[in-house]
Amino acid sequence: MSTSESTDVLVIGSGFGGAIAAYHLAAGGARVTVLERGPWLTADTFDHDFKLGSSSTRIFDFTVGDGMSVLGGNCVGGGSVVYFAAMPRAPKYVFDRHGSIGRRMWPSSISRASLDPWYDRIEEALPVYPQSWDDVPYAGGLFGAACNHAGRTANAVPTAVDSSKCTNCNWMMAGCKFDAKRSMLLNYLPGALAHGAEIRPLHEVQQISKTDDGNYRVSYNVLHDVDYRVILESGTIDAKVIVVAAGAGATPAILQRSEATLGTMPDAVGKYFSGNGERLNTAILNEDKVRDLLGLERENGVAYQANQIGKGPCVATWDNLDGSLPEYERYSLEQLYFPPGLGTILVQVPGMEGPSWFGAAKKELVKEWQNWLTIFTMIEDDNEGVFGPPPTTGNSWRVSQQMFGLGTLKYDPHPTTIAAWDRTDAAVRDIMERDGLSRVMPWTNDLIGAYTVHPLSSCRIGDDPATSALDDTHELRGHPGIFVTDGASVPSALTVNPAMTIAALAERAVPSIVKAAQARGVDVKYGAPSPGGETAGRAGVRNLSIVRD
Amino acid sequence: MADAAQTMTLEAFADTIIPGEKRYPGDRAIAGVSTGGGAVAGGAIDILNTDAGGLAAALPDLAAALNGHAEAYAAEHGLTLDADVPPFVALESADRIALVSTLCGPGHPQKQIWVNLAVFSNMAWDTGAHMHTHEALAQGHPGLAATGFTTPDPDGLWRFPHYTYGRQLAQPHPDTTPSGSPA
Repeated sequence: MSTSESTDVLVIGSGFGGAIAAYHLAAGGARVTVLERGPWLTADTFDHDFKLGSSSTRIFDFTVGDGMSVLGGNCVGGGSVVYFAAMPRAPKYVFDRHGSIGRRMWPSSISRASLDPWYDRIEEALPVYPQSWDDVPYAGGLFGAACNHAGRTANAVPTAVDSSKCTNCNWMMAGCKFDAKRSMLLNYLPGALAHGAEIRPLHEVQQISKTDDGNYRVSYNVLHDVDYRVILESGTIDAKVIVVAAGAGATPAILQRSEATLGTMPDAVGKYFSGNGERLNTAILNEDKVRDLLGLERENGVAYQANQIGKGPCVATWDNLDGSLPEYERYSLEQLYFPPGLGTILVQVPGMEGPSWFGAAKKELVKEWQNWLTIFTMIEDDNEGVFGPPPTTGNSWRVSQQMFGLGTLKYDPHPTTIAAWDRTDAAVRDIMERDGLSRVMPWTNDLIGAYTVHPLSSCRIGDDPATSALDDTHELRGHPGIFVTDGASVPSALTVNPAMTIAALAERAVPSIVKAAQARGVDVKYGAPSPGGETAGRAGVRNLSIVRD
Repeated sequence: MADAAQTMTLEAFADTIIPGEKRYPGDRAIAGVSTGGGAVAGGAIDILNTDAGGLAAALPDLAAALNGHAEAYAAEHGLTLDADVPPFVALESADRIALVSTLCGPGHPQKQIWVNLAVFSNMAWDTGAHMHTHEALAQGHPGLAATGFTTPDPDGLWRFPHYTYGRQLAQPHPDTTPSGSPA
C-alpha cells in the first residue's frame, strides 16, 4: 500500500483498556480507530457449544509459555467478553506493595483512596452489582457454607452480571448469550461507536513506527475469520496518539517488535509479568457430608451435584486480605467454575501417587464432575515473568486455527510465590477437607507450568524508570504520545480479580491521554458522562446531518 | 507409516490419557484397562484430524516420533516388542503410562508437542469438541455422559431456573464496603 490512512487516535485492542479510552476520546471529539485482532461477536452469535470453531474457541486464546500459560479474550470487547465478571476493588495494602524491587511498585500518586473515584465510575458505567445470597449459585453457596464451617467469613462478590437476565448457564467463557454479563459490548464500545469511532475486527497490529511529521504509523495484518494463522492483507494507519491495549500477554510483543522502528524501549517492557498469583484446586464433594455437615439440600433433594450450574465465581473468603500480614502472605480464595476440557485436563486424583492427571483413575474422577467444586487462589506473586523475543506476528506461534498457541513468556516462580501457593493449598484443604467434606488436589503445574486468566504487569506504571515501562499517566517512557492502558499497566498482583482495577486505571489514564492528544494538535475535550443507557439514544441520531462529523 | 498403523498409534496414546474398553476381541490399540468408552470412543482421532485442531498435517510425524520413543523405551527397559503392531501399541499399559509421563513431564524437550496431543485426547473425551455439543449429547457421547453434563433446552441453550440455596451461608468480612468490595 503506497498511502496510509490516518486518524487522530489509534487504539490497539478493544477490551477494558482499549474500549474505555476509545469511548472518552471519541466522545471528546477525536477521530478514533480501534484495531482488534479478534472477531466481532455479539449475543446473537455466541454459542453454547464446545465444538472447535464455536465462539468458545473463536473469542478465546490459550497461549502456552515456559512455566506460565495465559488465557485471555480475543475478540471485540476483549477480556470483558470472556471474563467471569467478578469486580471487587483491590484492597488498600496492594498499592503499597514493594515486591522485590526495594521500593513501592505503584506510583506514589495512586492509592486505594485516589483510585476510588475511578472505581466508582466503572461501578456506575458497567454497572457492577452487589450480589445477594439469593443470587449465589449452589457452588458459591457451598463454598460459603464450607468457609463458615471452618470458622471463616465469606462474601458474595460484587459482579458485573445482571441477575435478572442471567440463566446461570456457566457458558461465560464463550460470551454471554443473554447479555446478562456486562461487557464492553454493552456500554463503552456502543458509546464510542455512537460518537463516530470505528472498530475494525480481525486486524492484528504488527508494529508501530514514526512518520516524518512526528506522528506514528501502525502497521497491521487482516486475519482470516476462521483460521487466524492466515493473513489476508496488510495495511497502515497514521495517528497522532497511540493507545496500546492488546492485553498483558500481547502488548509486550507489539512494543518489542516496534523497537526496531521506534527506538529503544524501556527496560521493563516485557518484564515483571504477573499471573496475579493464580492457582486452582479442585474439591470432590462428599454428598452426605454436604448435607450432614453444612445442612445443604437442593430443590430436587440432592445436596449438591451442581458443578455445571452458575455464573463463574460468586463467593470468596477475604480473611487473609489483611494489610497487617507480611507481603506474600496475603491472599483470597474464591469459588470458581471451569468447563470440561480446559477445566479437567490439569485436575489430579486426590490421594494418588505419581502423575494422576491422566489414566483410569482420572477417568473415574471425571465421572464425579457434577460434584466438583473449583477453588481459585490469588496470592502475591513476585512479577517473575519475562517475555522472550517476539514471534513473527501476534503474540504466539499459533498451533490451531483458533485458541491454541505457543508464546514466549518464561515464568520461574520465586520461593515466595511457591510458599504462598503452598500456604493457600493448605488453606483450601483446611476448608474443604474439614470433617471429610471433600477430597482436594491442586491442579498440576507439570504440563503447562502455572497458568493465569488474569495476566498483568508486563508493561507497568511506576515512578522508577528502571522497573516501570510507563510513567504514572500510562505514557510509554521515551515515546511521547504512546499510552498503555490494559492489564499490562497494572504494577502487581492484586490478590483479588483484577478487571475492576484494570478498568479504573484506564478511566484514570484518559485525562492524560486527552491532554497529550491536545498537545499533538487533536481537537478533543475531556468530560463525557458514563456511557449508560443514553448510548442507544445517541446511536439513533448519529446519522443526522446536525451531528458532528 | 501406513494410515492404519498411524491411527493405531495415536489411538493407543489417546487411550493412555483416558482409557476405554476394547472395541472388539483382539483390539490392540485400546489397552482395555477401563470399562465404557474412553478418549478414542470420544472421538480423539476425529479431533486430531480436524482442520481446526491444526495437528492433522503433523500426525504422521507425531506417530512416527511416538513409536521411536517407544522403541527407545523398550530398549532401555529390556523389552521385546511384538513386531505385528506399531511399537507404542506393543507396549503394555503400565509402560505406555510411564512413557507418556516422561514425554509430558517437566524437562522433556518435546514436552509441548505431547502435552498438546494429551490435551486434544482429553478434550475428545469430556467435550467431544469435533461435534456440536447438543448432537454429541443426543448421541450419548461417552465423556459428556460420564460428566453428567445436562441436556440443553429445546433451543439449544442451557438455563437453570433452580440454581441457589437461597439463604445466607456465611458472615461477610467485617471490612467490606457498602458496594461489596474489600476495604
